[in-house]
Amino acid sequence: MEAASLPAALELAAGGGAGLSPEKRAALGASLPLLQRDYRFERVWFWGCVQGVRGTYYIAEGLGPDRAAPRSRLYSLNCVEWSLLPPATQEMVAQAEKLKGRFQGDPSFKYEYAEVNAEDAERLLEDGKELMIKEEDRLVATIEQIDRAVGIVPRGAFVKTPLGSVRENRNFEGLSLTEAKKLSSYFHFTEPVNLKNKTLLEKADWDPSTDFLDSLEHDIPQGSWTIQLEKGGTVVVLRSLLWLGLTFYHVPMTTQYGYIYFGTGEKNLDLPFML
Amino acid sequence: ERGHGPYQPHEPGYGLYQPGYSPYDDQIPDPEPRMLAIQNAKAYLLKSSTTSGLNLYDHLANILTKILDEQPTNTADIIENISKDVKWAQFQKKMDTLRDEHAILPTFESAEKRKTLFLKANGEGDEELEEEIGETPLPNVMETAFYFEQAGIGLSKDESYHIFLALKKLISVQPIQTCRFWGKILGLEMNYIIAEVQYLEGAEEEETEEEEVIDEGEKRMGEVEDEDEEKEAEPPKSTYKPPPVIPKEENGTGANKYVYFVCNEPGKPWVKLPPVTPAQIVCARKIKKFFTGRLDAPIVSFPPFPGNEANYLRAQIARISAGTHICPIGFYQFAEEEGDEDEEGGGGRDAYEENPDFQPLSVVEMVESLSTWVHHVQSILKQGRCVWFNPLQKSEEEEEGEEEEEKDEEPDELQQETGPPLLTPLSEDEGIQNIPAWTAQPSTNLIPQYAVAILQSNRWPGAYAFASGMKFNNIYFGWGHKYSPENHTPALPLPVQAEYPSGPEITETRDPTVEEELAFKAAKEEALAAAEEEEDEEELEDDEEEEDD
Repeated sequence: MEAASLPAALELAAGGGAGLSPEKRAALGASLPLLQRDYRFERVWFWGCVQGVRGTYYIAEGLGPDRAAPRSRLYSLNCVEWSLLPPATQEMVAQAEKLKGRFQGDPSFKYEYAEVNAEDAERLLEDGKELMIKEEDRLVATIEQIDRAVGIVPRGAFVKTPLGSVRENRNFEGLSLTEAKKLSSYFHFTEPVNLKNKTLLEKADWDPSTDFLDSLEHDIPQGSWTIQLEKGGTVVVLRSLLWLGLTFYHVPMTTQYGYIYFGTGEKNLDLPFML
Repeated sequence: ERGHGPYQPHEPGYGLYQPGYSPYDDQIPDPEPRMLAIQNAKAYLLKSSTTSGLNLYDHLANILTKILDEQPTNTADIIENISKDVKWAQFQKKMDTLRDEHAILPTFESAEKRKTLFLKANGEGDEELEEEIGETPLPNVMETAFYFEQAGIGLSKDESYHIFLALKKLISVQPIQTCRFWGKILGLEMNYIIAEVQYLEGAEEEETEEEEVIDEGEKRMGEVEDEDEEKEAEPPKSTYKPPPVIPKEENGTGANKYVYFVCNEPGKPWVKLPPVTPAQIVCARKIKKFFTGRLDAPIVSFPPFPGNEANYLRAQIARISAGTHICPIGFYQFAEEEGDEDEEGGGGRDAYEENPDFQPLSVVEMVESLSTWVHHVQSILKQGRCVWFNPLQKSEEEEEGEEEEEKDEEPDELQQETGPPLLTPLSEDEGIQNIPAWTAQPSTNLIPQYAVAILQSNRWPGAYAFASGMKFNNIYFGWGHKYSPENHTPALPLPVQAEYPSGPEITETRDPTVEEELAFKAAKEEALAAAEEEEDEEELEDDEEEEDD
């Protein structure tokens, strides 16, 4: 969520019981603008926090002029001093998916591979790589996975300019109440996967400047999102069941929206049994 | 040459007229005949039509107004159509019969409900005010919310206040001795807000009486049915005895110590959850399902859950309470008992009281070591109860019955299950793999003088506890599931029951046909006849032998 609207946003997304203490809020209010200055970001988003066993990581993302470009991610243990995370590569994501269990809370912790095939081990040793993965890499890979899988924005909030870059839509006035309750009004804010598979009938109604992303309707498994109206029906809150802890909020007919993650950073692989 | 114009004879310059240059052209001619002609023409135009009531004057005025307003192209070509349109427009009402209805959003209905929370009930006088200010079971939800907020846990202030008022409403309706905000469990369609409550002493007895009456009613029905059956011919009774049902604990003890009320949103009515049975707890340990938010939703699972969502919710609440409700050591102490401490079965002490000499430890001590915290809720055994129940204890009636019938195989004696006793410190809690069961942190490192000790459970993510001086509390915000690093593996279905082994005595064979039966009969008669003939021959031979002599 936008750093500028953090206090109001935290109130709206607090339905799940997770939030920030006043100390952290105050610290973020001071340190996030400094991040923007130092790294020359155009926008700074407070992404959320990943709770480890011994400590919590607070994550912020910085965006450049093209909002769909790969983002810079930073982490902090106390919301005051931030460190840049290395960009997530496919390899890192693949390695991190094999790891199970909680984050430790210590950025220099090294995970050892427990279950690796003999072939994989030989291959890795031949390449000269170690069989260990650092917690920092696991962290950034997890953030990348979460963003890719469940980072969502309302339809119409972003437009694609003719040059290909993505910017915020200044004419976005918010979804109406009926639209806000439908899954099809929300998009994954990441490279679209299913766009080309849509029927011509669906594509006919599209506006290419705003409909360039995948909607949530066809997420697998079906029912992996819960939509609720909270605070007496004034806020629409979407929670992901695949990554427990991701909360998206939107106040209909206003421009307030955002998502935040408060959780342990583990995918909920039991989802099909739980539905 | 001069033109000969239509000059009137009375005009001077009678012979001098040239069109446009006569000196008298700009003079108004004698008005009267002209005026009369105009008036006659206008009167004619104003004459209303007998069939439609329109008059040409107004109609032409309307047409010209419309044309001048709209300024269409090629007016002369479409003048007839314009005229028709104007006539048609006479019959259109200018008012639109459709009016915008203000949309009644569901937000307004919810706002109504929440507004009722803020209104005081009717008929309250000054007396009631005094009562309220005295001791009340209402917990100070906002104070608890403040302490948890120091750790970043909790709902928004608005929601907390609504819950505060909703609890107050609950207390005014039910006879309640103690009340606590237990927490919030998230669901798919709606969420649950849960209050943990203890009834006043008299009120509980009424509840149990109701339940007993219902049970007795059912038993009587059962007896009547049995008598009817005995009169008819009975099929052979099966000798299968189902495993004994472990009875649930009494209301007010063990897992049913507290009564829980839930509602979906503050403002909606509170619903009481039924007491929990051991079978439900045992089954709840094996399944993992999301809550939908509707208490009557069925739970489709394997092993099949005995109950609906209300029972599953109650079972999970019981497990979470037993696993994560903690308090600083020394806050509670065991009540001094007069009788023996060694009772049959070693039930363990389940009654505690507040320690009046409690000295709170500093926050640093509370955070550093887990032995400064203790569980103050009894843990639930594998059986599903807090106090072990031996299902093999037979009542006298059953023993008599067994002596009469043949004695079947008796099950082996069960081992008595024991669990950690009440008020065990947290350091005894097992971790999961290499993660300790609890994570302890102070709420702030910057201002240690006013820090609050915060504990997060790793076994039940979402369970938190805080302690600060004399105050402590527990709360739960989450989805209601236990943490397991391994993936959830549901129980496999039972193996398919084997069929009776087939052998010749139960194998079906074809019935013999009529010819086969006749042939068999004939062969049998032949054999009989042959046997008789032989006997007859022997007798005849004997007789003949005798006669010969």
